[in-house]
Amino acid sequence: MKTPRVAAALSIATAALAALAAGPAAAETVRWAAAGDALTMDPHSQNEGPTHVMNHQVYDSLVFRDQAMKLAPRLATSWRITDDPTVWEFKLREGVKYHNGNPFTADDVVFSIMRAKHDNADMKGLLTTVVEVIKVDDHTVQMRTDGPNPLLPNNLTNLFIMDREWAEANKVTVPQNYKAGDETFAVRNANGTGPFRLVKREPDVRTELERNEDYWGKGIFPMEVSKVVFTPVRSAATRVAALLSGEIDFLLDPPVQDLERLSAAKGLVVRSGPENRTIFFGMQQALPELRSSDVKGRNPFADKRVREAMNIAINREAVQRVVMRGQSVPAGIVAPPFIDGYDKALDVVPATDVARAKALLAEAGYPNGFSVTLACPNDRYVNDEAICQAVTGMFGQIGVRARLSAQPKSIHFAELPKGEYDLYMLGWGVPTMDSHYVFHYLFETKSDKGGAWNFSGYSSPRVDELVTAMTREIDPDKRAGMVAEVWKTVQDDVVYLPIHHQMLNWAMKDNIDFPVQSENYPYFKLLKFRK
Amino acid sequence: MPGAPSASDPSSPTAQARPSRWARFVDSDLFYSFTHSPVTVVSALVTLVIFAAALLAPVIAPHNPFDPATLNLMDGFTRPMQANEFTGNVYWLGTDAQGRDLFSAILYGSRVSILVGVAAVAFAALLGITLGLIAGYRGGWVDSLIMRIADVQLSFPAILVALLIFGVFKGVVPPALQDRMAIYVLVVAIGLSDWVQYARTVRSSTLAEKNKEYVQAARVIGVPARTILLRHILPNVMGPVLVIATIGLALAIILESTLSFLGVGVPPTQPSLGTLIRVGQDFLFSGEWWIVFFPGLTLLLLALAVNLLGDWLRDALNPRLRR
Amino acid sequence: MLAFILRRLLQSVLVMLTVALVSFGLFRFIGDPINNMVGQEATMAEREALRESLGLNDAVPVQFFRFVANAARGEFGVSYRMARPVADVIAERLPATLELALISGVGALVIGIALGVYTALRRDGWLSHAIMGLSLVGVSLPTFLIGILLIYVFAVELKVLPAFGRGEVVALGGWTTGLLTTSGLKSLIMPAITLGLYQLTLIMRLVRAEMLEVLRTDYIKFARARGLSNRAVHFGHALKNTLLPVITITGLQIGSIIAFAIITETVFQWPGVGLLFITAVQFVDIPVMAAYLVLIALIFVVINLIVDLLYFVVDPRLRVQRSGRGH
Repeated sequence: MKTPRVAAALSIATAALAALAAGPAAAETVRWAAAGDALTMDPHSQNEGPTHVMNHQVYDSLVFRDQAMKLAPRLATSWRITDDPTVWEFKLREGVKYHNGNPFTADDVVFSIMRAKHDNADMKGLLTTVVEVIKVDDHTVQMRTDGPNPLLPNNLTNLFIMDREWAEANKVTVPQNYKAGDETFAVRNANGTGPFRLVKREPDVRTELERNEDYWGKGIFPMEVSKVVFTPVRSAATRVAALLSGEIDFLLDPPVQDLERLSAAKGLVVRSGPENRTIFFGMQQALPELRSSDVKGRNPFADKRVREAMNIAINREAVQRVVMRGQSVPAGIVAPPFIDGYDKALDVVPATDVARAKALLAEAGYPNGFSVTLACPNDRYVNDEAICQAVTGMFGQIGVRARLSAQPKSIHFAELPKGEYDLYMLGWGVPTMDSHYVFHYLFETKSDKGGAWNFSGYSSPRVDELVTAMTREIDPDKRAGMVAEVWKTVQDDVVYLPIHHQMLNWAMKDNIDFPVQSENYPYFKLLKFRK
Repeated sequence: MPGAPSASDPSSPTAQARPSRWARFVDSDLFYSFTHSPVTVVSALVTLVIFAAALLAPVIAPHNPFDPATLNLMDGFTRPMQANEFTGNVYWLGTDAQGRDLFSAILYGSRVSILVGVAAVAFAALLGITLGLIAGYRGGWVDSLIMRIADVQLSFPAILVALLIFGVFKGVVPPALQDRMAIYVLVVAIGLSDWVQYARTVRSSTLAEKNKEYVQAARVIGVPARTILLRHILPNVMGPVLVIATIGLALAIILESTLSFLGVGVPPTQPSLGTLIRVGQDFLFSGEWWIVFFPGLTLLLLALAVNLLGDWLRDALNPRLRR
Repeated sequence: MLAFILRRLLQSVLVMLTVALVSFGLFRFIGDPINNMVGQEATMAEREALRESLGLNDAVPVQFFRFVANAARGEFGVSYRMARPVADVIAERLPATLELALISGVGALVIGIALGVYTALRRDGWLSHAIMGLSLVGVSLPTFLIGILLIYVFAVELKVLPAFGRGEVVALGGWTTGLLTTSGLKSLIMPAITLGLYQLTLIMRLVRAEMLEVLRTDYIKFARARGLSNRAVHFGHALKNTLLPVITITGLQIGSIIAFAIITETVFQWPGVGLLFITAVQFVDIPVMAAYLVLIALIFVVINLIVDLLYFVVDPRLRVQRSGRGH
C-alpha cells in the first residue's frame, strides 16, 4: 500500500498526464460510457445490470463480490448461521454515515430489506425465503428464513441499504412502481453510504458522481477517483470514437470487432476476463404443436433426437472465431465455469456433425426438416443478433428453416415470459455463484414456486425433487451429489443448446488500472491510476 | 414515354419519311437535350446498369445472400480479392461479418432498395394523382377536404411520417410477424409520406386544363368525367409528374436506407443497401472498411445518377411548362 | 386583411386539431394504456378500476376533448419507458434540438446564399461547376453516412472535434445552452454541418436559380444601362429581389430541420427531442410519440403562419393569388 503522500504525488502526476492527454479535464475525473443508462436510482425497484452498476457507486450492500468474485464484507463486517439453522446473523460496520450525515444503524437494514420485499420491488425475488428481519442491537441484525438457507448472503450482493429517516422525510418508504410510471424522489436523488455522492442525474444524458470524502472505506479501497461522469451512448461506433478521441476515459462495453484497434491505439488498453454469463438457445418442447412451424400435429422439439440434431448442427468454434473474434469460450453447459457445481467434464463442446444431425432428423421423422421462428434480442448480449444470424444458417444446413426475428431487449424480454416463443435466445448469469440458482430458474418445472425463466416447457419430477431438496441440505457432500445428478439429467435430456460463455472486455486509458469484475460491475472505488 | 433510349442509336434518314412515334421522339427537344448532355447520358447509363444488375441479381450473383443455409461463417470478413485465411475462398468485393459475398449482397440489396423505392413512388404517385385529379376536377368541398389533408400532411416531413407509421406498426403487429411485413410497411410509409407533391401539381394542372375549350366541349357532348380525366387531362400533367417521380425515386431510396439505418427498416437477413450500411458501419473503425464502403458507394452512385436524371428532366421540360 | 388573418388562424387551429386527433388515436388505441401500466398479474377488477379512474370508459369524444384540454396545458401523461412526465422530458431536451436547428439553419442560409450568388454570377467557372456537382453529391449521400464520415475523420483520425454529445452546458433558468462553453461550441460543429448540409444545397440551388432569373429581366438590364457598377447591380438589385422567396423557403424548412435532427441526433448522440423520439418509436413509447407529433406540428404551424403574414405584408399582390392556394 502506498503512503498518502505518494498517492498524492501520484495523483498530481496523473493529473498532469491526463491534462496533457485530454485538455481541460480535471485530474482524477473518470468519464465513462456504456450503451444503456440505469433505469432508476431507486435501489430496489429494478433488478437490472446497468441499474445496479450505478447504485453500487452511491449505495452500499451488506456484502459484495470483489474482483476475485469472492464474497467480501461491506456494510456487514461478518455473518454466520446461528444455532437455529433458519437464522442468519450479520454484524454491522460501526461509525458509518450517510451522505446527508445520518448515522447508519440496524434500523436501516431492517427497513431496507423489508422495503425490497415490497410488491413494487423487482428485488423481492431474491428475498422470497426471508420471513423476518430482526434488530438485535444497533449493529447486529438477524434474518429468519422459511427453512435452512445456507446460501442467503449470496442473494444480498445487490441489496442496497437506504437511510430510513431520509426515506421517510422524502416519502419514499415504498419502492417506485416502475411499470406504473411512478416518479418518486428516490428516482433521481440518492442518499447512500457509498463511496460516491450523486451530484447530477439527467436520465439517458449524463450522471455525475463526486467522491464521498467521509467514506468508511477510505484507506481500505484505493478511492483515487474524485469525480465520475457517466454518459450513455447508444451507437457502438460513437462510443469507440469517443474513447479513441479521448473524450472518455473508460468504456464498459467496447464492440468485439474494435478490440484490436483499441488495444493498438496509443494510450489505450483493453482489460479482459471471463464473464459470469452463458448464452444459449431454448426450445419449446412441451406443447403438442409449435406455433411457428409448418409441422402440424406434433412438436419436433419434443423429440430428443431433434434437440440433439440441433445441438450438433451448431459450429461453436466458428461463432467464437468469426462472430466473437475469439472473445468467448464455446460452451457445452448453460453455467459459467466458476460457479459451485460446475464440472469441466460436462462442459464439453459438442462436435459439429451435419451428416449425423441430418440422419437424426430423418430418424425422428423429419427427413425434409421443418420451419420455426428464432426469437432473439438485438441489444442485450455481445453480438446477439449476429450469433442468431449465424446459427440460422447452421440450422438451415441440416434442413431446419429458422426465420430470425430480432427485437430490442425491451420487446424480447416482454414477449419471452408470455411463453410465445418456440425457439429463443437467452443469456444467464449466476449472481449467487451456485448451480441451484440455474436449476431453480431454468430447469425446474414452471410454476409459482420455480422455473420462472424456464420457457422450454421442460419438466422432470426427479429434477424438481432434487432442486427442492438441495436448498435444505446442510451436508456439503450430499448436496454436491444432488447437484451433479441434476446436471447429468438435464445434459442427457439436451434441454438447452449452449453456445458460449461470454468474455468481458473493458477498454480504458492506459494510465488506469482497473481489472474486470466478472459480474460486469465497475466499482470506481477500486480504480487506480498508474504512474 | 418510352424508357431511356440508348444514346448510340443513330437517327436513321428514313425516320423523316415515316414519322413514327420513335422518330418524333428522336426529333424532339427532349432527345436533343439528352444527347447533348454527357453527364445525363452517363447518369442514364449508370442508372440502367444498376437497375439491370439488381433486376437480374438471381442470374448474375454468384451466391444467394438471402439463403442463410448456403453461408459459411468461416468465410466472414474476407478481404476483397484476397483468399480467406481459413477456407481459402476469394471474393471479388470481400465478405461481410456473416461470410456473405458482398458483391451478391449488394446486387440483392440494390434490388430491395430499388423495389421499395419504385413501389413507394408508384404508390405515392397513384394516390397523389388520383386525389389531385379529383380535387381539381370536382372542386368544392371535396377539393377543400383533400387539400386541407395535404396541408396537414405537409406539416410533417417525410421521415417523421414514415417513422410514425412504423411506430404504429410496431405497436399493432406481433413481433414475430414484424420482420416479414417490414418491407410492405416501408413501401406504405415512404409512399404515404410523399403523395402531397403529386396531388398539388396534378390539381393545379387540372384546374388550368379544366376550363379550356376542348374539355368544356367534351363535357357538353356528354363524355363521362373519368374519360375526360384519363384521356385529356392526365396526359397533360404527366411531364411534371415524371420530374417529381424521378427526384422522388432518389429521395425514396435514400429514405429507405435512412429508415433501415435507424433500425426500423428491413431485417438484416434480407438486407437492403441501407441495412448493409447500418451493419457495415460497426466495422468501420476495426479496419473492415469494405463492408460499409461498397454498399455506400453503390447507394451514392444510384442516388446521384437518378438525381442528375431528375435535374435534367426538370430543366428540359421546364420551358414547355411555362408556355 | 383581417379576414385573411382570421382565415389563416382558423386553418391553423384546424390543422392542430387534426394532428391532435391522430395523436389521440395513437394514444388511445395503439398502446393500450392499461397494459402498459399494470403488470400481467393484475386482475380484471384492478384493470377495470384503473380504466374507470383514467376515464377510459367515457365516450370517445369526451376523452378526445379531455386529451386536447390536457395537451393545451402541455400535459401528455407519463412516458412508459422513463417513468417521468412527458412534458418534463421534452422541456429538458428541447433546448438542445432548437440550438442545433438554429445554428445549422442560419449557417445553411448564410453559406447557401453566398454560394448561390457566386455560382449564379460565375455560371461557367470551373469552381461553380465543382460546387454544383458537389452539392448534388451532398444531396445524394444519406445524412447518416455524412455524419459517420465526419466522426471518422475529425474525431477518430484527427482528434480535433468531439465525437458525441453536447459538451459542457450552462443552465440559464430552464434553458440549457452549449453556446457559452468551448466544449459546447466544439461539439456543435459536426452535428450542425451534418444537419445543415441538405438545407444548404437546397438554398444554394434556389438562390442560383432565382438570381439567374432576375439577372435576365429588363429591370436588371436597365440598371446596367444606367451605368451602375456590377456590384451595385448584383447585390443592390438582383440579390434583394431573390431574398424574399429564399427566406420563405428557409422558414418552411425549419420544421424539416427539426425532423431531420432525428438522424443527426442519433449519429452524434445529441441529447435532443429527436433522439427522444427515435427511442420512443423503437420502444413503442406512445405518450412521447404523441407529444412529439403535436410539438412538431405546433412549431410548423406557427412558422407557417408567420411566413404567410410576412408575405402578406411585404407583397400585397399575393392577396389575390393566395386566395386560391396551391399555385
